[in-house]
Amino acid sequence: MTAVASTVTIRVLLFASYAELLGSDSLEIVLDIPARVRDAVERLRAFPGGERLPAKPLCALNLTQVTPDTLLRPGDELAILPPLSGG
Amino acid sequence: MYLTSDAIDLGSLLAQVQSPRHGGIASFLGAVRDHQAGRSVIRLEYSAYQPMAEAECARIVREAEAQWDCAVALKHRIGTLHIGDLAVAIVAASAHRDEAFAACRYVIEEVKRRVPIWKREVFADGVVEWVGAGAGGQRGSGAVEEANSVVDHSASTSIAHNATGHRAES
Repeated sequence: MTAVASTVTIRVLLFASYAELLGSDSLEIVLDIPARVRDAVERLRAFPGGERLPAKPLCALNLTQVTPDTLLRPGDELAILPPLSGG
Repeated sequence: MYLTSDAIDLGSLLAQVQSPRHGGIASFLGAVRDHQAGRSVIRLEYSAYQPMAEAECARIVREAEAQWDCAVALKHRIGTLHIGDLAVAIVAASAHRDEAFAACRYVIEEVKRRVPIWKREVFADGVVEWVGAGAGGQRGSGAVEEANSVVDHSASTSIAHNATGHRAES
């Protein structure tokens, strides 16, 4: 039986205040295909503590900033970035 | 490497951009300040999304070097910093001062705007707050502000146009 993948597994990275909200700085999530960045954020917002994440946080996919519409592929690394405060 | 957990060495940054063709060298240093909005700060704790921060710093340095025909060195500290410690250092060298100043200003503004680095302030009363991460995303510049000086940070890898022996630093 050839099963066509119906889900995508990605790695989510959380930083600074967002890592504190979720109590983790790295987790794996499984989303139904087609999955977009916004779907991943929505999933995170359903986690305990995640309700305080903004609906449209700054996101980077595989080190490049992306919009909420961006499609997710297996093995992608999605970073959710709090407001930057370097310098 | 643009990020470091060690103290920033201004001399090595300067050495990276000095060249016989560079007559104007400008630098920007950001140091940890002891207060923020009237409250006493005792230290700052920096963290980063390191691979992306490195890539973004490299892009910023390349942009500045292309726009102003200069050599730029950049270093940003991460980890725990105490009052007076340098958090960021930029050194830009060009034939003349205008380009050096402009490049320096560009790099610090873009670093603050684009590089995924975060800091939290530890206040004297024990309160700890992520800068800019308040409930609604309150903005704060943090307890780091500028000091002028002649230092810099190196963008070693992208400093190919520095005619002198800028050394690659880790």
